[in-house]
Amino acid sequence: MTALLISILLFGIGAAGSLIVANRIRWLTFVGAGGVILGSLTGIAPAVRAALGAPPQSLRIAWDVPYGSLYFRLDALSAFFLLPIFLICALAALYGTQYLEAYRGRKALAPSWFFLNVLAASMVVVVLAHNAILFLMAWETMALSSFFLVTFEDDKESTRQAGWTYLVASHIGTACLLVLFVLLGRANGSMDFDRFSASAATGLLFVLALIGFGTKAGFIPLHVWLPEAHPAAPSHVSAVMSAVMIKTGIYGLLRILTFLGPPQAWWGWTLCAIGLSSGVLGVVLALAQHDLKRLLAYSSVENIGIIALGLGVGIVALSAGAPFIAIVAFAGALLHVLNHALFKGLLFLGAGNVAHETHTREIDRLGGLLRRMPGTGATFLIGAAAISGLPPLNGFVSEFLIYLASFRGAISLDASGSVPMLATLSGLALIGGLATACFTKAFGIVFLGHPRTEHAETAHEAGPVMLVPGFVLASGCAFIGLFGSTVVQSMAPLISTVTGLPRISVGENLVQASKSVAIVGYFAALLIGLAALLSLARTIALSRRRVATAETWGCGYANPSPRMQYTASSFTQPLTEIFGTFLQTRQIFTGSDQLFLQRAEFRTHTDDPYQRYLFRPLFHGISRGMNSLRPLQQAKVQYYVLYIAITLLALLLWQVS
Amino acid sequence: MNQLINSILVLLVLTGFMLLSSSRLAACIRAIAIQGVLLGILAIVIQVGQLSVAGVLLPLSSAIVKGFVLPWLLFRAMREADTVREVEPVISYNLSIIAGTAALGVSLWLGHRLTLSNQPPSSLLVPAAFFTSLVGMIVIASRQKALTQVLGYLALENGVYAFGAAVALRLPILVELGILLDVFVGVFVMGIAIFHISREFDHIDTDKLRARTARL
Amino acid sequence: MSSGSLLPLILAVVLAPLMQAVITRTKSVLAGRIGQPLLQPYRDLWKLLRKGAVYSQTTTWIFQMGPTVGLASVILAMGLVPFGGSPALSGFTGDFVLIAYLMAAGRFFTVVAALDTGSSFEGMGASREVTFSALAEPALFLGLAALVRQTGHLSLSPVLASVSTVTWRHAAPILSLTLAGLIIVFLAENARIPVDDPTTHLELTMIHEVMVLDHSGPDFALIQYGAALKMWLFAAIIIGVAAPWHFGNRWIDLGAALGGMLVLGIATGVIESSMARLRLLRVPQLLLVAIVLSALALAL
Repeated sequence: MTALLISILLFGIGAAGSLIVANRIRWLTFVGAGGVILGSLTGIAPAVRAALGAPPQSLRIAWDVPYGSLYFRLDALSAFFLLPIFLICALAALYGTQYLEAYRGRKALAPSWFFLNVLAASMVVVVLAHNAILFLMAWETMALSSFFLVTFEDDKESTRQAGWTYLVASHIGTACLLVLFVLLGRANGSMDFDRFSASAATGLLFVLALIGFGTKAGFIPLHVWLPEAHPAAPSHVSAVMSAVMIKTGIYGLLRILTFLGPPQAWWGWTLCAIGLSSGVLGVVLALAQHDLKRLLAYSSVENIGIIALGLGVGIVALSAGAPFIAIVAFAGALLHVLNHALFKGLLFLGAGNVAHETHTREIDRLGGLLRRMPGTGATFLIGAAAISGLPPLNGFVSEFLIYLASFRGAISLDASGSVPMLATLSGLALIGGLATACFTKAFGIVFLGHPRTEHAETAHEAGPVMLVPGFVLASGCAFIGLFGSTVVQSMAPLISTVTGLPRISVGENLVQASKSVAIVGYFAALLIGLAALLSLARTIALSRRRVATAETWGCGYANPSPRMQYTASSFTQPLTEIFGTFLQTRQIFTGSDQLFLQRAEFRTHTDDPYQRYLFRPLFHGISRGMNSLRPLQQAKVQYYVLYIAITLLALLLWQVS
Repeated sequence: MNQLINSILVLLVLTGFMLLSSSRLAACIRAIAIQGVLLGILAIVIQVGQLSVAGVLLPLSSAIVKGFVLPWLLFRAMREADTVREVEPVISYNLSIIAGTAALGVSLWLGHRLTLSNQPPSSLLVPAAFFTSLVGMIVIASRQKALTQVLGYLALENGVYAFGAAVALRLPILVELGILLDVFVGVFVMGIAIFHISREFDHIDTDKLRARTARL
Repeated sequence: MSSGSLLPLILAVVLAPLMQAVITRTKSVLAGRIGQPLLQPYRDLWKLLRKGAVYSQTTTWIFQMGPTVGLASVILAMGLVPFGGSPALSGFTGDFVLIAYLMAAGRFFTVVAALDTGSSFEGMGASREVTFSALAEPALFLGLAALVRQTGHLSLSPVLASVSTVTWRHAAPILSLTLAGLIIVFLAENARIPVDDPTTHLELTMIHEVMVLDHSGPDFALIQYGAALKMWLFAAIIIGVAAPWHFGNRWIDLGAALGGMLVLGIATGVIESSMARLRLLRVPQLLLVAIVLSALALAL
């Protein structure tokens, strides 16, 4: 626990230090990044120990804030979420040292380092806080610091817009949390988490938590801020936000579930439904994007959907009294939290390299980058395969556990329990197939083929500092893919904290489930080995024969140009057509259909349907409603006095009657 | 026995999907014809053990009317109107299938929830009946041509018939009356609809021709 | 891990190209030709394996990875599929998920290898491949779920071992719906008519063939062989459901299953001869029908 406090302190020193040395760039980078990296390294050891089952520790310091106390508690659940926070923050800070170089002289860098340190500290406090007031304060600090990080390039209109969207969405969520904690606090007479327990209206509390934390996590339709904010932020910040910050929403939901007592089946149904819609719509929207980072942001919505599916299956199984299924499902969902942190961090940093070197994020303007950026390309490929849930990488392990739970549930539960299971497994299959389409596009169009523009043509590999984080994360993906069973077995304390089942039986169940995962690991290793063997055989066979190089076969066309390659939009066109009803893609064609060709232009644009059809009209309506109150504001003191008098009179009458 | 009933019901559901997914009018008419025959067989099979002459003859005649006479009329109408396929449905065929799947889900849930005073011979009977009616409604709501609309009405009516078979198993008189009513309604709808078709297609036809020559 | 038998894997490795030959032969006979000898696919593979190769200047190591990962994944998946009453080499709870995802991994690398050439034709094929497989995947999983629910086992070998004539007598509608769904998936995943025409000569209409236009020599041999194995794999699962005779004698069971494969091959040839390829826009609808069939099987 002391180590964690020191780590928070180091973040604080980093934050304060970067303001002090604001004008000395070299010192600033050193202090700002140093604070995050040192703080993370200090904290990671106790977090690992606690996640592996060290007894929970707590620390309580009195605080002057009413009902508040500086009450920290480190249990397996907190520790599990601390791991990706420390890992990704440290790597992102390392990455940022070089990434932000490009802005040197154009932008004040001190605020960026300051807020990165604050963000890291606030995330740590969020998962450690054991008092509602402390939690909410840290939650709010997290939202604000990330808001300032998102609006780093505040000279761009689109960035400011994204920042506002994020701020508003974030506060709608916080409002729900405030109500939630007030209700819990009033029922239990204290704001400390360990005094919270199931009160009467658990359903209402669950819904409040779902909206409040779902906004942060990015459940559809509360996800609208996510595809705006993530692309706008600098890439290492997007990595932190997408890989770990949105996971604090999942953490919060799980933490609240531990207060609410035995879960009800409809909570699980709701989570399954949310997971299904977030997963499928998230990946379909990702498919339709032209901006690499926006694509990744939507894919985060998809992965949050997969996590929600796992949680939903787990809750349905818990409420139906099927502990094995519940344990496996929770293990899958939580492992996916970790996995998504690894590969989404990796992909955002890779996308950052691409944007840094080519100055564009438009997928259709890139191409052929694998030759120019081999390291970035190779790690991005690993990330793309992992996020598509393919063996031999980590994405498959967590999805496999969720599949396993839902297949088992489909057999052994009754009709009402097996329907969400069947929906989950068919939804997961669809999401998997669509994710493969999405990430073959992202990798294939960006890194393969010919460069489509000069930007891509002249790109160079990013510096080593920007490559190392990618390699670390990629090896993490491979590690969990190969040794998943060890990881799964070590999750017993965590699952036991979440489900409230005794740790020994959880451990036994996990050992049983991890048998399959171990064989999956063997197969992953075999796949790598066999593919390598076949490659070797092919190379040996070809070494003594004639191997020629030629143009790509263009069906006889002799003068191909890079512009004629299949683009990302055409690659996904069949799928966006099939899901057109949900996407409402706008097609803009300028040009003529006359006999002689003229300059023509064709573009497609896919707005977020929820933004367009739900939130924009909603907020327009609100602002119209507010406008109708305008006449009240006459800027004359007499009127205001009158209003006060009328209000007082009305209150009096209400009180008297 | 139950296997046979279940198989018939599964085929009934599949013909529903056939109706939803096919753009060719001929295939749709065939789907409705198959439904008619299937329902006739179903009504007989359900009564096994207490068969009466009327109990066989009535479903049989209904199957002949629905399976052969009405389709024949419809095919004739199709030929006269010189149209082969539904060109522009309001919602796409993919979406129709998805809507059909949703309808199937809803009907299964309803069948699960609905408790009838007398147990139907198969748990799938009520859902299949509901589903067939819902398919009829989807077709009526989502298709443009008068002929497909008639097919929608017929599917709706087939669903009602199947439901009647489920509920009124031990009330033969009611079944007979219901069947008679069904046939009457079927012919009645047909009469009106064919009148509409011939009127409607007269000008649709010319429109189509004009559009085609313009494109050429 | 239950003790398995090497036999299904060996049979697949040896006989997979033969099944393709049976289909081609059936089509030839139905078209009034004599057709190629049944061993022709083996000769083709041997010829390709001894050739040199031509690589496009655009390509990178990704292009060379496609065929090897593709073949490796399908061979490993074969190790999980039982055949004719003999259990698979390996089997564990949830192994069919691994089978499906190994195939997906192979597909992923085939698709990126196609994109590596920068050819718009191969991009087109890749695009169609990912589209159709994204829709085939839920159909496959729902079909598997129906089988799993019917038999109560969570591993492919026991699932197929417990489908018997008795099961068919109890649950004929369920099994036939599942089977119909699986056959559609079989046709779609293996690029057969009505989804894709393996013999077409127009690049614009191809799906699978156009993705591998630029592969040559040993690489192409690996791809062809991988495709044959993939077809055998799906066929073996289908035959496991459709030909559920367990006579008690291992060799008779094997013979029955091999006969089933022969019948399936001929049936595929007949389908190919008697149907036209669907318009590409209609293929998703066919796959949706497969999903509906499997979902209906689950609802029963």
